This record gives sequence, C-alpha cells and structure tokens, in this order.
Amino acid sequence: MAHKAALMPLACFAVLAGVFAMALLREHNPAILPSALIGKPAPALELPAALKGSKGLTPEALTGGITAVNIFASWCVTCVGEQPTLMQMKKDGVTVLGIAYKDSRENIALWLQKHGNPFSAVGLDEKGRAAIDWGVYGVPETYFIDAEGIVRHKHIGALSMQDYTAKLKPLLEEMRK
Amino acid sequence: MIIELGHFALVFALLLSLAMAAVPLFGAHRERESWMRLAKPAAISISGLVTISFFSLIHAYALSDFSVRMVVENSHTMKPVIYKIAAVWGNHEGSMLLWALILALWTTRLVRQKEIPLPLQARALGVAGLLQAGFLSFILFASSPFQRLEPPAKEGLDLNPVLQDVLLAIHPPVLYMGYVGFSIAFCLAAAALIEKKADSNWAGILRPYAMTAWIFLTCGIGLGSFWAYYELGWGGFWFWDPVENASLLPWLAGTALLHSVAVLEKRGSLRGWTVFLAILAFSLSLTGTFLVRSGVLTSVHAFASDPLRGVFILALLGAMTGGALLLYAFRAPYLKIAGGFRPVSRESALLLNNVFLFTVLATVFTGTVYPVILSALDLGTVTVGPPYYTLCLTPLLVPFALLMGAGPNLAWREAQLAPVLKKLILPFVAAAGLALLPGFLRSEFQPVATALIFAASYIGAATLQELFTKTNRFRHFRLPASFYGMVLAHLGFAVMLAGATASTAWKSEETLWMKPQQILAFADYDITLRGIQAGLGKNYDFDRAQLTVATEGLAVGTLAPEKRWYPGAQRATSETGLLRDGLGIVYATLGDADAKDPLRRVLRFYFHPFILLLPLGVTLIALGGAVALLRRKRGEHGA
Amino acid sequence: MKIISALFLLLILSLPALAVEPDEMLKDPALEARARAITHNLRCLVCQGEAVDESQAPLAADLRKLVRERLLAGDSEKTIETYLRARYGDYVLMTPPFSPTTGLLWAAPLVVLLLGTGIAFFFIRRAGKEG
Repeated sequence: MAHKAALMPLACFAVLAGVFAMALLREHNPAILPSALIGKPAPALELPAALKGSKGLTPEALTGGITAVNIFASWCVTCVGEQPTLMQMKKDGVTVLGIAYKDSRENIALWLQKHGNPFSAVGLDEKGRAAIDWGVYGVPETYFIDAEGIVRHKHIGALSMQDYTAKLKPLLEEMRK
Repeated sequence: MIIELGHFALVFALLLSLAMAAVPLFGAHRERESWMRLAKPAAISISGLVTISFFSLIHAYALSDFSVRMVVENSHTMKPVIYKIAAVWGNHEGSMLLWALILALWTTRLVRQKEIPLPLQARALGVAGLLQAGFLSFILFASSPFQRLEPPAKEGLDLNPVLQDVLLAIHPPVLYMGYVGFSIAFCLAAAALIEKKADSNWAGILRPYAMTAWIFLTCGIGLGSFWAYYELGWGGFWFWDPVENASLLPWLAGTALLHSVAVLEKRGSLRGWTVFLAILAFSLSLTGTFLVRSGVLTSVHAFASDPLRGVFILALLGAMTGGALLLYAFRAPYLKIAGGFRPVSRESALLLNNVFLFTVLATVFTGTVYPVILSALDLGTVTVGPPYYTLCLTPLLVPFALLMGAGPNLAWREAQLAPVLKKLILPFVAAAGLALLPGFLRSEFQPVATALIFAASYIGAATLQELFTKTNRFRHFRLPASFYGMVLAHLGFAVMLAGATASTAWKSEETLWMKPQQILAFADYDITLRGIQAGLGKNYDFDRAQLTVATEGLAVGTLAPEKRWYPGAQRATSETGLLRDGLGIVYATLGDADAKDPLRRVLRFYFHPFILLLPLGVTLIALGGAVALLRRKRGEHGA
Repeated sequence: MKIISALFLLLILSLPALAVEPDEMLKDPALEARARAITHNLRCLVCQGEAVDESQAPLAADLRKLVRERLLAGDSEKTIETYLRARYGDYVLMTPPFSPTTGLLWAAPLVVLLLGTGIAFFFIRRAGKEG
C-alpha cells in the first residue's frame, strides 16, 4: 500500500509531462484561436458595395462554388503581403470575396488599384459589425466556404504562397469533391 | 572579448558542475571523505565562474556594446544606466543566466552550512551539481546570451518606457531568489531519499533554506502585484494570469512545506509528505518556467517563446522532477514513521492545513494548465479566467480561517478540543460583529464580502488572543522566535485578506468627461479639475491633469495623472495619479481629449478603501518569516 | 508568430481608446452595471490577458458597444453570451462553461479536497495508533 501510494506522484507527473510534450509537438500557437464557425453555415452576408459601380455582398454570393472570404483593410500593413496569393487563388478558380474592415471607399479603391484586386465583390464593413458576426478579431483573416455554404476553414494572418500551396490547396481540392 | 570570457567561464562552470554532480555522490556512496569534500571547492569555483559570466553581460549592457546581439535587442543608448543593467535580465537569455547565478550562490550557501553530516551535504551538493549542469547546458546550447552580431548595430532596439521602472527591475531577481532557493530544499530531499533517512535533524537543516526562499518569493509576488496596481491603470492587483499563477504555485507549496517541516522537526512526523513537498516546491518553479517560456500559454508576461526551448526545459523538468519522483517512489517507503499523535492535536491541525493549501494549489494548477491540456488533446480552447478561481477558492477561506484560529491553540501530540473551542468563542463573536458592521454602515449587505471579513477578523482576533495568552497578558516575552514569526505571518495573512476584500467589495468607480473648474462628487470626496498642463519630460511629451481632492471642505491632496508620448520608442503611456487617504487610495487616469474642445478630457476615478492593508499584510507575512529565522540554537523547538 | 504580433500591434495602435468611455456608457445605471458585469466576463481576443471591460483594443470597444446595444434591445445576459460564444467560441468567456470537456476542471477542487481530507484522516488514525 505504501509503495503504491509513493508511485502516485510519479504517475501523475508522467501524464502531465506527456500532455506538455503533446502541446509542444502540436506547435500550437495559443494566440491563434480556433474558429467557432467551422462546420457551421456561414453567417448571413449583407454588406454595401465598397467600390463604386460594383456589387456589395449578399448571402447568394456564398452559394454555388468554393468561396474564400477575406477580411482586410487598406490600413493593414500585412494585408499587402497576401494579395499575390489571393490573385493566385482567383486564377485557380476560387471565388474570392472581400470584406473591408473599418475602412473608407476612397482608401479601398486606391489600395486595390495599387496592390491588385482579386475580389469578385467587396463589401464595406464600416463599423466592424459584420466582422464580429464572423468571429473576426484581427486583420487579415480568410474563411473558406464550400459549395453548400458551410465554413470549412479559417486562416488567421496573411496568406503566404507557402500556406496556400502546402495547406490550403489540398483542402480546396477536398472541398470540391 | 569580455563576452567571450564570460562564455568560456560558463563552459568551465558546466564542466565543473558535472564533476560536482558525480564525485561527491560517488564519494558519499563509497564513504570516501576526500571525494565528498570536493563538493566545496567545486561549488565555490562554479559560483565564481558564473559570476564572471554574469558580469561580462552587465559590462556589455552598461557600455552599450552593440556587437552583442542581446544588447542590441534589449537596450538603447538613451536608457538610464540602472535600466541598462536591469535589461540584462529583462529577456529570456539573460534571465536564465541570472537564474544560474542565483542557483550557484544558493549552492555555495549550502557548502558553508555548519552542523550538517558530511554525507548528507555531499549528496545534496551532488544533486545541486546535476541541477546546475542542467541549467548551464540549457543556457549554453539553447539560450546563449553571448552571441555576437556581425556587423555590430549602431543603436539598440528597445526603449520601451513601460519596462523602465524600479519595481519592475528588481522584481525578477527577488522572485528568482525564491524560485531557485527552493532548489536547496529539493536537493536536501533527494539526498534524504538516497540515504533513506529524513529525521528531525534533517528538517532543522532544511527549514531555514525553505523559509528564506519563501520570504523572497512572498516579496517578489508582492512587488509584482503592487507594480500592476499602479501601472496598469484600472486598479487591479491580481489577475490570475498564468505567469502570476506560476509564482503562486511554488509559494503555496512552500507554505505547506514550512508547516510540514515544523511538524517533522518538532515531532519527527510527516516525513514522506515533507520530502514530497520539498520536491514539489522546486518542481513547480520549474513547471512555471516551462509554461512561461515554451509558448504553450499566452500571457501578458510571457517571454518571446520558442518551442525548441520548450522542449529543452521540458526535458530538464522531466529529468529533475521525474528523477526525484522516481527516487521518491522507491525510497519513500523506507522513511520511518515516527511520532504518534491523537486526532485532536497540533499535528492534525497542521496536516489539515496542508490539505487546504494543497487544494488551493491543485485548483490554481488545474486552472492554469487546463487550456494547455485541452488544446494538446485537440478538444478546443477555453479560458480559465478570474471567475473560476474566485468561485472555487472563496468557499475554502472560511473553513480555512477557522482552522487557522484553532491550530496554534492546540497542544502537540494530544490536545483537548473543548477548552480550545471555549476560548475561541470570543474571537468568533468579535469577528462576526466586525464582519456585520460594514453591512449596517453601508446599508448594503454583501454576503461574500461579509464572510471574508469574518474570516480575516477571526484569524486576526484568534492570533492576537494567542499572543495575549502565551505572553501571559503581555508580561512575559521570552518565547521562541518561531512563535512570533507565526503571529506576524498569520496576522499578515488576515490583514491581507481584509485589504483584498474591502478594496474590491467597497470600491467606487467613475468615468466621465471633465472640464477645468468642474467639480465631481465621488465617494465622499469632492474632486476638482484645476486644469490640463502640457509639457516636456526627459524623453517624452506629456499632458497632465491637475486635480485637487477634498472631503467636507478639508483638502486631502492632489492627483496628477498623465498621458505621455515617447517619440523615441513611438509609444504612449498613461501614468496614474495616486493619492493616499488613510488606508485607502484615490486613483485617477487621464483619457482622451475631446476633438472639438481640447480642454475637455475623459477622466477615470477609482477609490479603493483599505487597499494599503494589502502591502501591509504582505510585509507582515515576510517579516514573520524573517523573525522565525532568528532562532538562536537549532534544536530549540517552536511553540 | 511575427505576423500575429504585427497584426495585434496594428489593432492596438490604430485607434486610441481607454476602456469604457463616458460616451459608451448607458444612461440607466442598473443597465450600465449589467453591461459592465457582462464585459468583465468577456475575454478580449486581441489582448488576451484582459477582459473586454478593461482592454484598450478597438475590438474590445466594439464589443462593449455591442453588449450595450443588445441590453437596450432587451436581451438577457445568457442571450448575449450565447451570441458571442456562437461567433468566437467558448474562449470568449472568462468563466469556463460547464460542459463535458470542462468537467474535470470544475470538479478538481472538490475532488482534491475530499481526497485530501480522506487521506489526512486515514493518516491521523494511523498516527493515533502509534504510541
């Protein structure tokens, strides 16, 4: 009995150390929060057009094909870095929609002119309320929606070409099936 | 050149520590006195070498040597000298070197211990050598502060004004003296397990080390809390942040250890448990280090994290704690059970005290580690915020207080409960009265606050009553130092609990726009905004609000909160205005200006009644520990 | 990692705020107190160590406004928390929910206390038999 009791601390520690090792191996960044929307239908999207003469965002935009919803802003420095990747995605047949977060129409227009416009439509979220509906807590963030309108993946931070080729392209392939 | 010298010194220290681990342990095993005696010069040399290493780093920072990468990342020529030096340990690499230095110094203290059997000392130092080898290799292979930058930078990168603060500068060294101090208790515990012996003698040797470490840790935690209070701008002093919890856990284990070792020293009982606690305290220091530096947790405190470092620290933790617990599993059954006691006795009370402390420890530990566990097992993420801790821990406080009041009154071995309970009626009633009083005065009944004030008052009253009795109505003062230590520490805890409860339950808060000459009626005060002054400080621009505070026509003082802009660091900070009134503090922060009317500003006021009881309580606790250390002869038992 | 830090930095510096602004506050003190209680229990997702009530992040300001709007619209605390949980996950609450995954978390204190007391009593009984 005494011997068994003396083993308890070691056993507990071993379990704990194992869990810590797993936590390390996952290379999990605790600052990145998993999305609560994964596997659920995308939030209703109703935003006015950010660019003059083009359409805004409506719920229909999310059905009928794989869509990437990218939340960005013209004042966001890191967003510039992901424009090439978004352009590539557009070339690969993904419909890329944009939500401009707390921005102004003039700045958006200038920015897209300068850095390229991969978006089929851009909605203006002036107050940031739509972003809250999507569980956004920083820019940029990108959501991947399948043809049925279900949110399949959320990418936090700028989408690098590496992220796209390594992780997202396979995911998009899977989503097409 | 000097940095390289420091680097080499550390390498030599590592080699020596390996020798210090192997030779004395082997010597104790083979009873070779000369080998056991080798520990002393080894330890002293290691201390010297690590000191040289540390000073080489100070040298580089003090002279702003921007060919050293750490100096570039953490310093700036415009920083005042004291903050340049504090920057040495304001980052991961430097702080690990500070850790190693403090470990070396504590080990040297163990070397100079008198009246310790040589084999025990040799074994403890051997284990200490293992610990040092572990940390020194971590520094040398995974966290080297000695890296050069080629070509050297022209200027440093960090001029963060928030870090240029005296309290913040001394906070890490004080804390490390605590964390690392428990390593000696750990080494002594390991040595006891190797020898299969942990008797009253051993307890007497261990106690001052545990006590000193605990005092430093108490002060370190207090300093951190106080800094948070005046710097962070909303008057909070404890946030149950993972890093704060990481400092609280070894403190809780240390408190339990101090109580347990007292039983062991006095009565020879609780051997296995005391040895376990000694292992636990340092293991929690290590676990805290892991959690904070590995990147598995987010925290406002966390250093820039690196999973590779996390792996190394986890390996160290596994080897040290795992090793010690393995030793415990096999050797603990050999520790003789001695010193019987009856169900009603001081020993029982102290054992129950340990149960409570361990429950608090387990709760804080679970709350801190739970998010890591869930995410490691891919079960999502949760936040374990302050409400969890307050909900789980508050109910424990009243029964704990009742125990704290009764315990010191119980005799060792066998006590009578009835007379003790009768004696405690007076403090009980007094505490109840005191606790219900605020409810009447404020015509607002707050059940939780009342319960906690009762707990605090009860502990205070019972402790004072015990002092009264033992000194024979304050006539006879020749009592053991440990008794006075207990009185001070328990009073300190009561005072701290009262302060924390009162300042939280009865605080006032107001946020509003104010213009000059406007008067605000706030919590029995009249606060007038005299004006907003703009100006230039040493390396910042500021806006300062001048406020006068009066109560019933009588002036109480002034408040001068500021908003500062540091162009060098491109940062804005908010400096709070604090005004002490009795035991309370009036607290003000200055907010934004109205775009249309620059003289109209947002001002935020808080009033924290009785908050000074918090630092007072912490000071009394630390003082109690210090007093308990003043024992003339070992072998003189506490009351 | 660097990207994330830059992202957060951007959000913090872009719009200065100092937690609850007087203009955010509701006129009705009881309602305002409820708002404060709710935001005190919400975690700021940007400055992750702070509550929405205290955080200076712009997102925190937005959430504070949102909570007040919903209170004015008549939503209860539960409804508002559910609304935010649906969008941000359980993480957004400072108090972990009661669910199968958090069962161990909430049970731990009581379990340890009972176990500890039990072991202590066992030990006391054994010590009582010695001498």
